Amino acid sequence: MAMTYSEKVRDHFAHPRNVGTIEDANGVGEVGNAVCGDIMKMYLKISDDGIIEDAKFNTFGCGAAIATSSMATEMIKGKSVEEAAQLTNQAVVEALDGLPPVKLHCSVLAEEAVQAALEDYRKRREKKEENA
Amino acid sequence: MKVYADQAATTMIGSRALQAMISCYTEHCGNPSSLHEAGRDAEAVLETARERVAQMLHAKPGEIYFTSGGSEADNWAITQAAALGTRKGKKHLISTAFEHHAVLHTLDALKKQGFEVTLLPVHEDGLVRPEELEAAIRDDTALVSVMYVNNEVGTIQPISQIGAICRKKGVLFHTDAVQAVGHLPIDVEAEQIDMLSMAAHKFHGPKGVGALYVKKGIPIGNLIHGGGQERGKRAGTENVPGIVGMAEALAESLENRSEKNDRILAMRQKIADAVLQIPKTRLNGDRTRRLAGNLNFCFDGIEGESLLLYLDLEGICASSGSACTSGSLEPSHVLLALGLPAEVAHGSLRISLDETNTEQEADYIIEKLPVVVERLRSMSPIWNRQGD
Repeated sequence: MAMTYSEKVRDHFAHPRNVGTIEDANGVGEVGNAVCGDIMKMYLKISDDGIIEDAKFNTFGCGAAIATSSMATEMIKGKSVEEAAQLTNQAVVEALDGLPPVKLHCSVLAEEAVQAALEDYRKRREKKEENA
Repeated sequence: MKVYADQAATTMIGSRALQAMISCYTEHCGNPSSLHEAGRDAEAVLETARERVAQMLHAKPGEIYFTSGGSEADNWAITQAAALGTRKGKKHLISTAFEHHAVLHTLDALKKQGFEVTLLPVHEDGLVRPEELEAAIRDDTALVSVMYVNNEVGTIQPISQIGAICRKKGVLFHTDAVQAVGHLPIDVEAEQIDMLSMAAHKFHGPKGVGALYVKKGIPIGNLIHGGGQERGKRAGTENVPGIVGMAEALAESLENRSEKNDRILAMRQKIADAVLQIPKTRLNGDRTRRLAGNLNFCFDGIEGESLLLYLDLEGICASSGSACTSGSLEPSHVLLALGLPAEVAHGSLRISLDETNTEQEADYIIEKLPVVVERLRSMSPIWNRQGD
Protein backbone atom coordinates (compact mmCIF):
# COMPACT_ATOMS: atom_id res chain seq x y z
CA MET A 1 0.00 0.00 0.00
CA ALA A 2 2.89 2.35 0.65
CA MET A 3 3.74 4.63 -2.24
CA THR A 4 7.20 4.72 -3.66
CA TYR A 5 8.64 7.88 -5.07
CA SER A 6 11.41 7.87 -7.66
CA GLU A 7 14.92 8.99 -6.70
CA LYS A 8 14.34 12.24 -8.61
CA VAL A 9 11.13 12.96 -6.71
CA ARG A 10 12.86 12.19 -3.43
CA ASP A 11 15.72 14.50 -4.38
CA HIS A 12 13.37 17.34 -5.30
CA PHE A 13 11.33 17.19 -2.12
CA ALA A 14 14.39 16.73 0.08
CA HIS A 15 16.24 19.57 -1.66
CA PRO A 16 13.61 21.65 -3.39
CA ARG A 17 14.97 24.17 -5.89
CA ASN A 18 13.71 27.73 -6.06
CA VAL A 19 11.76 27.83 -2.81
CA GLY A 20 10.75 31.33 -1.84
CA THR A 21 9.09 34.44 -3.15
CA ILE A 22 10.17 37.19 -5.56
CA GLU A 23 9.60 40.72 -4.25
CA ASP A 24 9.36 42.33 -7.67
CA ALA A 25 7.71 39.43 -9.49
CA ASN A 26 5.69 40.46 -12.52
CA GLY A 27 3.73 37.23 -12.76
CA VAL A 28 2.20 35.51 -9.71
CA GLY A 29 -0.22 32.60 -9.76
CA GLU A 30 -1.84 30.54 -7.04
CA VAL A 31 -3.79 27.33 -7.57
CA GLY A 32 -5.32 24.57 -5.46
CA ASN A 33 -7.08 24.77 -2.13
CA ALA A 34 -6.30 23.80 1.43
CA VAL A 35 -9.35 21.56 1.80
CA CYS A 36 -7.89 19.25 -0.85
CA GLY A 37 -4.49 19.51 0.76
CA ASP A 38 -2.49 21.26 -1.98
CA ILE A 39 -1.79 24.91 -2.71
CA MET A 40 0.95 26.12 -5.05
CA LYS A 41 1.97 29.73 -5.46
CA MET A 42 4.34 30.55 -8.31
CA TYR A 43 6.35 33.76 -8.66
CA LEU A 44 7.93 34.72 -12.00
CA LYS A 45 10.35 37.50 -12.87
CA ILE A 46 10.11 38.05 -16.61
CA SER A 47 12.42 40.34 -18.55
CA ASP A 48 11.25 42.98 -21.03
CA ASP A 49 12.06 40.64 -23.91
CA GLY A 50 9.87 37.90 -22.42
CA ILE A 51 12.46 35.64 -20.83
CA ILE A 52 11.78 34.05 -17.42
CA GLU A 53 14.77 35.26 -15.46
CA ASP A 54 13.70 33.82 -12.16
CA ALA A 55 10.99 31.52 -10.83
CA LYS A 56 10.20 30.72 -7.21
CA PHE A 57 7.46 28.88 -5.40
CA ASN A 58 5.66 28.36 -2.12
CA THR A 59 3.80 25.09 -1.73
CA PHE A 60 1.53 23.59 0.89
CA GLY A 61 1.18 19.92 0.09
CA CYS A 62 2.61 16.46 0.00
CA GLY A 63 6.07 15.38 -1.13
CA ALA A 64 4.92 15.12 -4.74
CA ALA A 65 3.47 18.64 -4.63
CA ILE A 66 6.80 20.03 -3.43
CA ALA A 67 8.77 17.99 -5.99
CA THR A 68 6.58 18.97 -8.94
CA SER A 69 6.72 22.66 -7.94
CA SER A 70 10.49 22.44 -7.71
CA MET A 71 10.84 20.66 -11.05
CA ALA A 72 8.41 22.98 -12.85
CA THR A 73 10.37 26.06 -11.76
CA GLU A 74 13.59 24.42 -12.95
CA MET A 75 12.05 23.64 -16.31
CA ILE A 76 10.82 27.16 -17.07
CA LYS A 77 13.75 29.19 -15.78
CA GLY A 78 15.60 30.82 -18.71
CA LYS A 79 12.79 29.93 -21.10
CA SER A 80 10.69 32.39 -23.06
CA VAL A 81 7.12 33.03 -21.98
CA GLU A 82 5.94 31.18 -25.11
CA GLU A 83 8.08 28.15 -24.31
CA ALA A 84 6.97 28.11 -20.68
CA ALA A 85 3.33 28.21 -21.79
CA GLN A 86 3.96 24.87 -23.53
CA LEU A 87 4.93 23.15 -20.26
CA THR A 88 2.65 20.17 -19.64
CA ASN A 89 2.13 18.15 -16.51
CA GLN A 90 3.28 15.11 -18.47
CA ALA A 91 6.65 16.76 -19.10
CA VAL A 92 7.03 17.46 -15.38
CA VAL A 93 6.17 13.84 -14.55
CA GLU A 94 8.69 12.56 -17.09
CA ALA A 95 11.39 14.85 -15.78
CA LEU A 96 10.78 13.40 -12.32
CA ASP A 97 10.97 9.80 -13.64
CA GLY A 98 7.29 9.29 -12.93
CA LEU A 99 4.83 9.79 -10.08
CA PRO A 100 2.52 7.32 -8.32
CA PRO A 101 -0.90 7.45 -10.08
CA VAL A 102 -2.61 8.89 -7.00
CA LYS A 103 -0.15 11.81 -7.11
CA LEU A 104 -0.51 12.75 -10.80
CA HIS A 105 -2.86 15.59 -9.84
CA CYS A 106 0.15 17.32 -8.22
CA SER A 107 1.80 17.62 -11.62
CA VAL A 108 -1.42 19.05 -13.04
CA LEU A 109 -1.37 21.59 -10.24
CA ALA A 110 2.24 22.52 -11.10
CA GLU A 111 1.30 23.07 -14.73
CA GLU A 112 -1.70 25.15 -13.65
CA ALA A 113 0.45 27.21 -11.28
CA VAL A 114 2.83 28.09 -14.12
CA GLN A 115 -0.11 28.92 -16.40
CA ALA A 116 -1.71 31.08 -13.71
CA ALA A 117 1.52 33.02 -13.18
CA LEU A 118 1.89 33.53 -16.95
CA GLU A 119 -1.71 34.66 -17.20
CA ASP A 120 -1.10 37.17 -14.42
CA TYR A 121 1.96 38.42 -16.33
CA ARG A 122 -0.06 38.87 -19.54
CA LYS A 123 -2.81 40.76 -17.70
CA ARG A 124 -0.30 43.04 -16.03
CA ARG A 125 1.29 43.80 -19.42
CA GLU A 126 -2.05 44.56 -21.05
CA LYS A 127 -2.87 46.92 -18.22
CA LYS A 128 0.49 48.57 -18.60
CA GLU A 129 -0.06 49.02 -22.35
CA GLU A 130 -3.54 50.43 -21.74
CA ASN A 131 -2.12 52.89 -19.26
CA ALA A 132 0.77 53.82 -21.54
CA MET B 1 19.87 8.37 14.86
CA LYS B 2 16.95 6.13 13.92
CA VAL B 3 13.74 6.46 15.89
CA TYR B 4 10.77 4.20 15.37
CA ALA B 5 7.83 6.20 16.68
CA ASP B 6 5.06 4.38 14.84
CA GLN B 7 4.26 1.62 17.36
CA ALA B 8 0.52 1.99 16.71
CA ALA B 9 1.12 0.97 13.08
CA THR B 10 3.06 -2.11 14.04
CA THR B 11 5.74 -3.23 16.47
CA MET B 12 8.94 -5.22 16.10
CA ILE B 13 8.72 -8.82 17.25
CA GLY B 14 9.88 -9.36 20.83
CA SER B 15 12.74 -11.77 21.46
CA ARG B 16 10.70 -14.00 23.76
CA ALA B 17 7.90 -14.25 21.18
CA LEU B 18 10.43 -14.97 18.46
CA GLN B 19 12.07 -17.75 20.49
CA ALA B 20 8.67 -19.27 21.20
CA MET B 21 7.89 -19.19 17.48
CA ILE B 22 11.20 -20.74 16.54
CA SER B 23 10.48 -23.64 18.89
CA CYS B 24 7.26 -24.23 16.95
CA TYR B 25 9.20 -24.44 13.69
CA THR B 26 11.97 -26.64 15.12
CA GLU B 27 10.28 -28.77 17.79
CA HIS B 28 6.49 -28.55 17.71
CA CYS B 29 6.07 -29.06 13.99
CA GLY B 30 3.07 -31.33 13.88
CA ASN B 31 -0.44 -30.63 12.70
CA PRO B 32 -2.63 -30.17 15.79
CA SER B 33 -5.34 -32.24 14.10
CA SER B 34 -3.08 -35.30 13.72
CA LEU B 35 -3.53 -38.18 16.12
CA HIS B 36 0.14 -39.12 16.36
CA GLU B 37 2.64 -37.86 18.87
CA ALA B 38 3.80 -34.89 16.76
CA GLY B 39 0.19 -33.85 16.29
CA ARG B 40 -0.63 -34.22 19.97
CA ASP B 41 2.42 -32.16 20.85
CA ALA B 42 1.40 -29.35 18.48
CA GLU B 43 -2.13 -29.46 19.85
CA ALA B 44 -0.78 -29.17 23.36
CA VAL B 45 1.24 -26.02 22.62
CA LEU B 46 -1.71 -24.57 20.69
CA GLU B 47 -4.13 -25.16 23.54
CA THR B 48 -1.65 -23.84 26.09
CA ALA B 49 -1.44 -20.65 24.03
CA ARG B 50 -5.24 -20.45 23.95
CA GLU B 51 -5.41 -20.86 27.73
CA ARG B 52 -2.80 -18.15 28.23
CA VAL B 53 -4.53 -15.66 25.90
CA ALA B 54 -7.91 -16.43 27.50
CA GLN B 55 -6.56 -16.01 31.01
CA MET B 56 -4.96 -12.66 30.17
CA LEU B 57 -8.32 -11.34 28.92
CA HIS B 58 -10.20 -12.94 31.85
CA ALA B 59 -11.99 -15.17 29.36
CA LYS B 60 -12.33 -18.95 29.05
CA PRO B 61 -10.24 -20.90 26.52
CA GLY B 62 -13.43 -21.97 24.71
CA GLU B 63 -14.22 -18.32 24.07
CA ILE B 64 -11.05 -17.62 22.06
CA TYR B 65 -11.00 -18.11 18.28
CA PHE B 66 -7.69 -17.52 16.58
CA THR B 67 -7.79 -15.50 13.37
CA SER B 68 -5.40 -13.98 10.84
CA GLY B 69 -5.54 -10.65 12.63
CA GLY B 70 -7.70 -7.78 13.78
CA SER B 71 -9.47 -7.08 10.49
CA GLU B 72 -10.65 -10.67 10.17
CA ALA B 73 -11.87 -10.66 13.76
CA ASP B 74 -13.76 -7.39 13.20
CA ASN B 75 -15.35 -8.64 9.97
CA TRP B 76 -16.35 -11.92 11.57
CA ALA B 77 -17.81 -10.39 14.73
CA ILE B 78 -19.85 -7.75 12.95
CA THR B 79 -21.21 -9.85 10.10
CA GLN B 80 -22.17 -12.61 12.54
CA ALA B 81 -23.85 -10.22 14.94
CA ALA B 82 -25.79 -8.86 11.97
CA ALA B 83 -26.76 -12.38 10.93
CA LEU B 84 -27.94 -13.18 14.46
CA GLY B 85 -29.91 -9.94 14.49
CA THR B 86 -31.58 -10.77 11.18
CA ARG B 87 -33.00 -13.96 12.66
CA LYS B 88 -34.77 -11.85 15.28
CA GLY B 89 -35.80 -9.14 12.83
CA LYS B 90 -33.16 -6.74 14.15
CA LYS B 91 -31.60 -4.65 11.39
CA HIS B 92 -30.00 -1.75 13.26
CA LEU B 93 -26.29 -1.48 14.03
CA ILE B 94 -24.53 1.14 16.16
CA SER B 95 -20.89 2.11 15.93
CA THR B 96 -18.80 5.28 15.96
CA ALA B 97 -17.66 7.70 13.31
CA PHE B 98 -13.96 7.06 13.96
CA GLU B 99 -13.71 3.28 13.87
CA HIS B 100 -11.01 1.51 11.92
CA HIS B 101 -11.92 0.82 8.29
CA ALA B 102 -12.15 -2.90 9.10
CA VAL B 103 -15.28 -1.97 11.05
CA LEU B 104 -16.57 0.94 8.93
CA HIS B 105 -16.28 -0.87 5.62
CA THR B 106 -17.94 -4.00 7.05
CA LEU B 107 -20.81 -1.78 8.19
CA ASP B 108 -20.97 -0.23 4.71
CA ALA B 109 -21.29 -3.69 3.19
CA LEU B 110 -24.11 -4.51 5.64
CA LYS B 111 -25.85 -1.25 4.81
CA LYS B 112 -26.07 -2.45 1.20
CA GLN B 113 -27.76 -5.58 2.54
CA GLY B 114 -30.46 -3.49 4.16
CA PHE B 115 -29.08 -2.77 7.63
CA GLU B 116 -29.44 0.65 9.15
CA VAL B 117 -26.27 2.01 10.73
CA THR B 118 -25.98 4.73 13.36
CA LEU B 119 -22.51 6.18 13.83
CA LEU B 120 -22.18 7.90 17.19
CA PRO B 121 -20.35 11.23 17.34
CA VAL B 122 -17.00 11.20 19.15
CA HIS B 123 -16.80 14.91 19.93
CA GLU B 124 -13.73 17.12 19.97
CA ASP B 125 -12.07 15.02 22.68
CA GLY B 126 -12.46 11.77 20.73
CA LEU B 127 -14.68 10.11 23.33
CA VAL B 128 -18.04 8.39 22.96
CA ARG B 129 -20.72 9.58 25.39
CA PRO B 130 -22.43 6.59 27.07
CA GLU B 131 -25.69 8.52 27.37
CA GLU B 132 -25.70 9.17 23.63
CA LEU B 133 -25.14 5.47 23.05
CA GLU B 134 -28.00 4.57 25.36
CA ALA B 135 -30.30 6.97 23.55
CA ALA B 136 -29.34 5.47 20.18
CA ILE B 137 -30.22 1.89 21.13
CA ARG B 138 -33.57 0.80 19.68
CA ASP B 139 -35.69 -2.33 19.97
CA ASP B 140 -34.25 -3.52 16.66
CA THR B 141 -30.57 -2.84 17.49
CA ALA B 142 -28.57 -5.98 16.79
CA LEU B 143 -25.08 -4.78 17.72
CA VAL B 144 -23.04 -2.03 19.30
CA SER B 145 -19.42 -1.93 18.10
CA VAL B 146 -17.15 0.65 19.77
CA MET B 147 -13.39 0.52 19.55
CA TYR B 148 -11.50 0.22 22.84
CA VAL B 149 -8.74 2.66 21.87
CA ASN B 150 -8.77 4.81 18.76
CA ASN B 151 -5.85 4.05 16.48
CA GLU B 152 -5.06 7.65 15.51
CA VAL B 153 -5.71 9.76 18.59
CA GLY B 154 -5.35 6.99 21.17
CA THR B 155 -8.44 7.95 23.17
CA ILE B 156 -9.66 5.23 25.53
CA GLN B 157 -13.41 4.75 25.31
CA PRO B 158 -15.62 4.21 28.37
CA ILE B 159 -15.87 0.50 27.64
CA SER B 160 -17.20 -0.65 31.04
CA GLN B 161 -20.03 1.85 30.89
CA ILE B 162 -20.86 0.88 27.31
CA GLY B 163 -20.74 -2.80 28.28
CA ALA B 164 -23.11 -2.20 31.16
CA ILE B 165 -25.59 -0.32 28.98
CA CYS B 166 -25.54 -2.99 26.28
CA ARG B 167 -25.97 -5.81 28.81
CA LYS B 168 -28.88 -3.97 30.42
CA LYS B 169 -30.54 -3.41 27.05
CA GLY B 170 -29.81 -6.93 25.82
CA VAL B 171 -27.75 -5.78 22.82
CA LEU B 172 -24.57 -7.52 21.69
CA PHE B 173 -21.43 -5.49 22.34
CA HIS B 174 -18.28 -5.87 20.23
CA THR B 175 -15.10 -3.91 20.72
CA ASP B 176 -12.19 -3.58 18.32
CA ALA B 177 -9.46 -3.72 20.95
CA VAL B 178 -6.57 -3.97 18.50
CA GLN B 179 -4.88 -0.86 19.94
CA ALA B 180 -5.68 -1.74 23.55
CA VAL B 181 -4.72 -5.38 24.10
CA GLY B 182 -1.24 -5.66 25.55
CA HIS B 183 -1.24 -1.98 26.54
CA LEU B 184 -4.11 -1.86 29.02
CA PRO B 185 -5.46 -4.40 31.47
CA ILE B 186 -8.56 -5.94 29.92
CA ASP B 187 -11.22 -7.99 31.67
CA VAL B 188 -13.97 -9.05 29.28
CA GLU B 189 -16.04 -10.41 32.16
CA ALA B 190 -15.95 -7.29 34.34
CA GLU B 191 -16.30 -4.95 31.37
CA GLN B 192 -19.24 -6.96 30.02
CA ILE B 193 -17.77 -7.33 26.56
CA ASP B 194 -19.48 -9.88 24.30
CA MET B 195 -16.94 -9.88 21.48
CA LEU B 196 -13.42 -8.49 21.26
CA SER B 197 -10.93 -8.29 18.38
CA MET B 198 -7.17 -8.29 18.87
CA ALA B 199 -4.02 -8.43 16.72
CA ALA B 200 -0.64 -9.77 17.84
CA HIS B 201 1.58 -7.36 15.93
CA LYS B 202 0.43 -4.37 17.98
CA PHE B 203 2.17 -5.72 21.09
CA HIS B 204 5.42 -7.15 19.70
CA GLY B 205 3.86 -10.35 18.46
CA PRO B 206 3.97 -11.63 14.88
CA LYS B 207 1.98 -10.20 11.99
CA GLY B 208 -0.86 -12.17 10.45
CA VAL B 209 -2.32 -13.51 13.69
CA GLY B 210 -5.01 -12.29 16.02
CA ALA B 211 -8.05 -13.51 17.88
CA LEU B 212 -11.72 -12.96 18.37
CA TYR B 213 -13.15 -13.45 21.83
CA VAL B 214 -16.79 -14.49 21.75
CA LYS B 215 -18.66 -14.82 25.03
CA LYS B 216 -19.91 -18.32 25.68
CA GLY B 217 -23.49 -18.79 24.55
CA ILE B 218 -23.37 -16.43 21.57
CA PRO B 219 -24.02 -18.73 18.61
CA ILE B 220 -21.79 -17.13 15.99
CA GLY B 221 -21.73 -18.78 12.59
CA ASN B 222 -18.77 -20.30 10.82
CA LEU B 223 -16.27 -18.05 9.09
CA ILE B 224 -14.37 -20.65 7.07
CA HIS B 225 -15.90 -24.00 6.20
CA GLY B 226 -13.65 -27.02 6.11
CA GLY B 227 -11.98 -29.05 8.83
CA GLY B 228 -13.01 -28.86 12.42
CA GLN B 229 -10.45 -26.31 13.60
CA GLU B 230 -11.45 -23.59 16.05
CA ARG B 231 -14.41 -25.71 17.12
CA GLY B 232 -15.57 -25.94 13.53
CA LYS B 233 -15.97 -22.21 13.12
CA ARG B 234 -12.78 -21.29 11.35
CA ALA B 235 -11.36 -24.14 9.35
CA GLY B 236 -7.76 -24.38 8.23
CA THR B 237 -4.66 -25.75 9.92
CA GLU B 238 -3.83 -23.44 12.79
CA ASN B 239 -0.97 -20.94 12.58
CA VAL B 240 0.68 -22.58 15.58
CA PRO B 241 3.91 -20.52 15.55
CA GLY B 242 1.97 -17.29 15.19
CA ILE B 243 -0.51 -18.18 17.91
CA VAL B 244 2.23 -19.28 20.31
CA GLY B 245 4.19 -16.10 19.49
CA MET B 246 1.11 -14.01 20.20
CA ALA B 247 0.54 -15.63 23.59
CA GLU B 248 4.17 -15.09 24.60
CA ALA B 249 4.20 -11.49 23.34
CA LEU B 250 1.01 -10.71 25.25
CA ALA B 251 2.43 -12.20 28.44
CA GLU B 252 5.62 -10.18 28.11
CA SER B 253 3.73 -7.01 27.23
CA LEU B 254 1.51 -7.26 30.29
CA GLU B 255 4.41 -7.88 32.70
CA ASN B 256 5.08 -4.76 34.77
CA ARG B 257 2.61 -2.96 32.55
CA SER B 258 1.93 -0.06 34.88
CA GLU B 259 5.64 0.69 35.33
CA LYS B 260 6.07 0.55 31.56
CA ASN B 261 3.13 2.90 31.07
CA ASP B 262 4.57 5.34 33.62
CA ARG B 263 7.83 5.48 31.70
CA ILE B 264 6.05 5.89 28.36
CA LEU B 265 3.87 8.63 29.86
CA ALA B 266 6.95 10.52 30.99
CA MET B 267 8.37 10.44 27.45
CA ARG B 268 5.04 11.47 26.00
CA GLN B 269 4.71 14.38 28.40
CA LYS B 270 8.19 15.60 27.58
CA ILE B 271 7.51 15.51 23.83
CA ALA B 272 4.07 17.10 24.19
CA ASP B 273 5.41 19.93 26.33
CA ALA B 274 8.13 20.70 23.80
CA VAL B 275 6.07 20.31 20.64
CA LEU B 276 3.16 22.38 21.93
CA GLN B 277 5.63 25.27 22.25
CA ILE B 278 5.57 25.43 18.44
CA PRO B 279 3.08 28.17 17.51
CA LYS B 280 -0.28 27.14 16.02
CA THR B 281 0.07 23.54 17.09
CA ARG B 282 -2.64 21.49 18.73
CA LEU B 283 -2.89 18.10 20.37
CA ASN B 284 -5.86 16.16 19.03
CA GLY B 285 -8.01 14.10 21.36
CA ASP B 286 -8.43 14.14 25.11
CA ARG B 287 -5.17 14.92 26.91
CA THR B 288 -5.39 12.27 29.60
CA ARG B 289 -7.90 9.61 28.58
CA ARG B 290 -5.57 8.28 25.88
CA LEU B 291 -3.09 5.47 25.43
CA ALA B 292 0.19 6.26 27.17
CA GLY B 293 2.26 6.27 23.99
CA ASN B 294 -0.05 8.23 21.69
CA LEU B 295 0.47 11.79 20.53
CA ASN B 296 -1.45 13.30 17.65
CA PHE B 297 -0.66 16.83 16.61
CA CYS B 298 -1.88 19.22 13.95
CA PHE B 299 0.42 21.94 12.70
CA ASP B 300 -1.25 24.83 10.90
CA GLY B 301 0.05 25.56 7.42
CA ILE B 302 1.71 22.25 6.63
CA GLU B 303 0.62 18.99 5.13
CA GLY B 304 1.10 15.64 6.86
CA GLU B 305 2.77 13.62 4.14
CA SER B 306 5.56 16.11 3.53
CA LEU B 307 6.03 16.28 7.30
CA LEU B 308 6.42 12.50 7.43
CA LEU B 309 8.86 12.48 4.53
CA TYR B 310 11.01 15.17 6.12
CA LEU B 311 11.00 13.33 9.45
CA ASP B 312 11.91 10.16 7.57
CA LEU B 313 14.93 11.99 6.11
CA GLU B 314 15.97 12.65 9.73
CA GLY B 315 15.54 8.97 10.60
CA ILE B 316 12.24 9.36 12.43
CA CYS B 317 9.39 6.99 11.53
CA ALA B 318 5.99 8.42 12.41
CA SER B 319 2.58 8.45 10.81
CA SER B 320 0.02 10.88 9.51
CA GLY B 321 -3.52 9.71 9.93
CA SER B 322 -3.62 5.96 9.86
CA ALA B 323 -1.14 3.98 7.78
CA CYS B 324 -4.09 2.52 5.89
CA THR B 325 -5.00 6.01 4.72
CA SER B 326 -1.73 6.60 2.90
CA GLY B 327 -2.38 6.27 -0.79
CA SER B 328 -5.65 8.07 -0.36
CA LEU B 329 -5.98 11.82 -0.68
CA GLU B 330 -8.73 12.14 1.88
CA PRO B 331 -7.78 13.65 5.20
CA SER B 332 -8.12 11.30 8.14
CA HIS B 333 -11.76 10.36 8.85
CA VAL B 334 -10.80 10.20 12.52
CA LEU B 335 -9.74 13.83 12.68
CA LEU B 336 -12.78 14.91 10.66
CA ALA B 337 -14.93 13.03 13.21
CA LEU B 338 -13.25 15.10 15.93
CA GLY B 339 -14.56 18.14 14.10
CA LEU B 340 -11.29 19.38 12.64
CA PRO B 341 -11.61 21.25 9.33
CA ALA B 342 -10.15 19.35 6.36
CA GLU B 343 -7.29 21.80 5.82
CA VAL B 344 -6.15 21.30 9.41
CA ALA B 345 -6.68 17.54 9.33
CA HIS B 346 -4.27 17.35 6.37
CA GLY B 347 -1.48 18.49 8.68
CA SER B 348 -1.67 15.78 11.31
CA LEU B 349 1.19 13.81 12.80
CA ARG B 350 0.87 10.73 14.96
CA ILE B 351 3.78 9.80 17.19
CA SER B 352 3.24 6.46 18.92
CA LEU B 353 5.72 5.23 21.48
CA ASP B 354 5.93 2.19 23.70
CA GLU B 355 8.26 0.57 26.21
CA THR B 356 10.90 -0.11 23.55
CA ASN B 357 11.45 3.61 22.96
CA THR B 358 14.04 5.50 24.97
CA GLU B 359 14.36 8.95 26.45
CA GLN B 360 17.20 9.69 24.01
CA GLU B 361 14.78 8.98 21.20
CA ALA B 362 12.22 11.33 22.72
CA ASP B 363 14.92 14.00 22.92
CA TYR B 364 15.82 13.45 19.28
CA ILE B 365 12.18 13.93 18.24
CA ILE B 366 12.08 17.12 20.32
CA GLU B 367 15.24 18.31 18.55
CA LYS B 368 14.19 17.55 14.98
CA LEU B 369 10.43 18.06 14.81
CA PRO B 370 10.37 21.85 15.34
CA VAL B 371 13.07 22.28 12.68
CA VAL B 372 11.11 20.27 10.14
CA VAL B 373 7.87 22.10 10.93
CA GLU B 374 9.66 25.43 10.55
CA ARG B 375 11.18 24.40 7.24
CA LEU B 376 7.85 23.30 5.77
CA ARG B 377 6.09 26.39 7.04
CA SER B 378 8.73 28.58 5.44
CA MET B 379 7.69 27.21 2.05
CA SER B 380 3.94 27.17 2.73
CA PRO B 381 1.81 29.81 1.01
CA ILE B 382 -0.88 29.38 3.67
CA TRP B 383 1.55 29.93 6.51
CA ASN B 384 3.21 32.89 4.83
CA ARG B 385 -0.20 34.45 4.24
CA GLN B 386 -0.98 34.11 7.96
CA GLY B 387 2.21 36.01 8.63
CA ASP B 388 1.18 38.87 6.33
